Amino acid sequence: MKINLTVNGHAVALDVAPHRTLGDVLRNDLGLTGVREGCSTGDCGACTVLFNGTPIVSCLMLIPDAEGASVVTIEGLTKDGRPDPMQAAFVEKGAVQCGFCIPGMILASKAEDVPEGNLCRCTGYKKIQEAIREERRRTRPQA
Amino acid sequence: MKSVGERVPKLDAADKAAGKARYVQDLRLPGMLEAKVLRSTVPHGRIVSVDVSEAWKVRGVRAILTAKDIPAKAWGYAKDTTALKGDRVRRIGDELAAVAATDIEAAIEACERIKVVIEPLPAVYDIEATLAPGAPVLHESKGSNLVQTHHYEHGDVAAAFAKAAKVVEGTFTLPAQQHAALGPVGAVAEWDANGRLTLHDPTQIPFLVQRDLAEALDISPADLRIVQPAIGGAFGARLDLYPHEAIAALLARKAGAPVRLLFSRDEDFQTDPVRPRTIVKLRTAAAADGTLLARDADILVDCGAYVSWGSMTPVVMVNTFGNFYQCPAAKFRARTVWTNTQPTGAFRGFGNPELLFAVETQMDELARALKLDPIEFRLKNANRPEEVTPAGGRITSCGFKEVLEAVKAKLKRPAAPAEPHLKRGIGVAAVFHVGGGARIYRSDGCGATVKVDDFGKATVIVGATDIGQGMETAMAQIAAEELGIPVSMVRVATQADTDVRPWDVGVHASRTTFIAGNAVRLAAKEAKKQIEDARAALKLPPDAPVDKVVRAEHFRQKGRLISASAFYDPPTSMVDKANHGNVSAAYTWGCHGVEVEVDVETGQAVVKRVVAAHDVGRAINPMLVEGQIEGGVVQGLGYAMFEECVLKDGRMQNGFFLDYRIPGIKDVPDIETVLVETGDPEGPFGAKGIGEAPIVPIGPAIANAIADATGVRMREFPMTPERVWRELRNSR
Repeated sequence: MKINLTVNGHAVALDVAPHRTLGDVLRNDLGLTGVREGCSTGDCGACTVLFNGTPIVSCLMLIPDAEGASVVTIEGLTKDGRPDPMQAAFVEKGAVQCGFCIPGMILASKAEDVPEGNLCRCTGYKKIQEAIREERRRTRPQA
Repeated sequence: MKSVGERVPKLDAADKAAGKARYVQDLRLPGMLEAKVLRSTVPHGRIVSVDVSEAWKVRGVRAILTAKDIPAKAWGYAKDTTALKGDRVRRIGDELAAVAATDIEAAIEACERIKVVIEPLPAVYDIEATLAPGAPVLHESKGSNLVQTHHYEHGDVAAAFAKAAKVVEGTFTLPAQQHAALGPVGAVAEWDANGRLTLHDPTQIPFLVQRDLAEALDISPADLRIVQPAIGGAFGARLDLYPHEAIAALLARKAGAPVRLLFSRDEDFQTDPVRPRTIVKLRTAAAADGTLLARDADILVDCGAYVSWGSMTPVVMVNTFGNFYQCPAAKFRARTVWTNTQPTGAFRGFGNPELLFAVETQMDELARALKLDPIEFRLKNANRPEEVTPAGGRITSCGFKEVLEAVKAKLKRPAAPAEPHLKRGIGVAAVFHVGGGARIYRSDGCGATVKVDDFGKATVIVGATDIGQGMETAMAQIAAEELGIPVSMVRVATQADTDVRPWDVGVHASRTTFIAGNAVRLAAKEAKKQIEDARAALKLPPDAPVDKVVRAEHFRQKGRLISASAFYDPPTSMVDKANHGNVSAAYTWGCHGVEVEVDVETGQAVVKRVVAAHDVGRAINPMLVEGQIEGGVVQGLGYAMFEECVLKDGRMQNGFFLDYRIPGIKDVPDIETVLVETGDPEGPFGAKGIGEAPIVPIGPAIANAIADATGVRMREFPMTPERVWRELRNSR
C-alpha cells in the first residue's frame, strides 16, 4: 500500500506491505539503521523514534498507522554535522558503552526526564541520568 | 601525566550517539541471504527423521542443511556438540536444520515446513537429581552426567573446624542469569572464490574462533578471517564458538552467497548461554578473637546440555577461595553437571558472584556471632600488600584495607523510618578478583603495533576487542601519554580483522586494560624511540614537532618507517593439578556498602544507597572506570533482586524483557563510587583490570543489609518480595 510520511524533515512516499512495522520500514527500506531492533516486542525501547514529537517504540506500530505523521529518528537529530545537545551530553558525560540502546535512549530523553521505557544493560543508568540533567541545564536554563 | 587519568569521552561515543555505529544486524552484503534455524521443542529425545522436502517448495529458499550435510566431528570444550544435531536432542532449542532464503519470511516458512519426528526420552533438569543413580544420561559415551570435578585444599581443615569458637554453615542457591545484551546475537558469513571464509561476528575471541570454527568446518584456520562489527554488549556471552557461527558459514558455502543469521530476542533468551545455576554449600570457622580459621565448600554447577565455559567457573571460584583473606585452612570441591537445559557459559565475574554470595554472607554471620563490626572483622583477616598466599597467589598492590575503610567512612546507619512496617539496614561485602590478566589458556598475551604518520598522527593496531567498556579510548590515552602527543592525535584501528590485527586471547577476565595496555605502552615507547633517533640523526632541534620529524625521516632515502610492534604476556603461570599457582599479575579489591529498606508486610526490599569502593590500581580514564563500576553494580543488583530464568519442563517460561526483568532506570539506587589508586607495579601506568569485580559484592552486601534490617538471612537469589516475605514469616 502507498504511504506518505515525513521522516527527519523530508517527505517520503512508500509502497510497502501493510503488515510491516514502522521500525522495519525505517531500518530496511530507508536505511535508517540507527533505529535499533532489540526485541521486536516493545519491551526494550531500542527502536524508539519521535512520532509527531512523542517517543514511541517503532517495532509495535504498523506502517499504515504512520500515514501523514512526522517521524524523527536518531539520524534526524544531527543538524549540519552538529550533534543535538542531548547527543553531546551523552558523549561528554560517559553515558555510552556498547551504544546499542543509546539512539532510542537519547530520543526518549528529549521528551522524558526519566526514560523508564528504555533498557540499558551496560551503564547502570547513572551517567545517562547525569547526561539528561546536563542537557536540561544547558537548554532550559532557569530564568 | 597529560592523557592518563583524564576523563576523555569514549572515542566511539559520538558515532554511537548519532546512530552511525554498525552492529551485526546492520550489515548488508550484495546478494545476502537471511537464515533461520529450526530448533527442537523436545527437551530430550532420539531424532527419528528430519524431512526437508516440503521446505524446498517455499519460494526464495537457497540452501537447507541438516546434520547429514555437515562435518560429523564433535567439537566444543568436552567434544559433545555439533552445529546441527543428527541422532539426539538434549534440550529445547537444539539445532535440527537450517535454511537460507532471499528473505527472512521465506526462511521461517521453510523451517515450519520441515517435518521432524523425535522419540521423547526421559529428561533431567535439576542439578542435584542429574547425579542420582538412574537419572537419564545425556551423553551416553560419557557414562554419567558428571562433567568434571575441581578440587583444592590447603591447611588442616578438620583440625581448624574442631578448635573453632564459631562455625557457620549454609546452602546458597543461585539462578541462571541471562546476559540480556541489548544487541542481538548473529553472524554474517561470506566465502570468496579461493574458498576463504570471512565471518562478521561480534565475538569476544576472534583468534580462538578462527581456530575453533576452522576445526568445526574442517577447513584450515589460514582460510578463515574474523571481522568484528560494533558489539552490542557481551558480558561473557560471546566467549566461545557457538553452533550459529558454524551454521551461518555452512549455509553460505552451500548457497554460494553471503548469509546473515540473526537471533530473535526469544531465541537469544531460550538458547544463548547463561550464567550457570549453582548451589554452594559452605562452612566457615573463626576463633573467638575474630581470626578466620577455615572454610569448606561443596559446589554444584550446571553446564546445561553441552559443555562451554560454565564448567570452568570453579577455576575462578578456587582462585578466590584459596587466596581471599588470611585463611589458614581451606577445602573445596566443585562438580559440574549436564542437564537437559540451556548451555551455560561465561558471565562477568565468572563464578565469583556465586561463590562470594556464600563467603561474604558467612563473613557477616561470623562477625555478628562474635559481636564484631563486619568491617573490622574483615580488616583483621584482610590480605596485605606483598604477600604470598597458601594457594600460591602473589599479592603485589593491595588496597583491601583502603576500600574497607572507605566504605566504613561513607556508609552511615540511616534513621529508623516512622512507618512500623518499614525496616532499614546496612550491609557490606568485599571482593577479590583478577586484575592483571588470568592465565586460563597457555597464552595470556596480546600484541600491538603503533605507527606514527607524516602528519603526526599515531595509529594503534591492537589485538584487543571492545565490547563497550572503552578499550579504544584507554589504549589511545596510554599511547598518547607514552608518545607525548594529545589523545586527539591517536586513532585506534577498529573493526580490523584477524588478518591484520596481532594476536590476542580475547576480551575476558578483566584483562584488556592491563594486558593490551602494556602491549600498547611497549609499542608506543619503541615508536617514540624511533622518532627520537630520527630527530638525532637528522639533527632536528628538540622542539621540532613530531610530524616534522617523521616527515623528514620518511622523505629521505634510507629513511626508516616509524612503526613498532610489541607483545606483552604477563609473568604468571597456569594453576597446577591441585589448583595452586599465580594466574594473575595483579589482583583487585573492592568493598560495597549498601543501605536497604524492607517492607516487612510485603517482603519488598529496596536498595536505597550503594557505596562502591574499588582498588583500580590507577584509573587511566576515571569516567570509564566509574561506568564499569556503576554498570556492574546495577547488573549485580538485577542478579540479586529479580533476574531469574523460570524453567518448566526444560523451557524458559519468561523469555521476554517484559517477564525477564533487567534493571531499568527507576531501579537504580544512589551509587557513590570511590576509586582507590594503589599504583600497581606491573600495570600500565599502574592500572589494574576492573571490568568484573563490581558485579560481585553487591548481591551479598544487599543480603547482609536485609539481615541487618530484619534479622532474616537470605540464601537464595533473586531476593524477590515473595522469598523475603516467606523467610520473614518462617522466622516468626
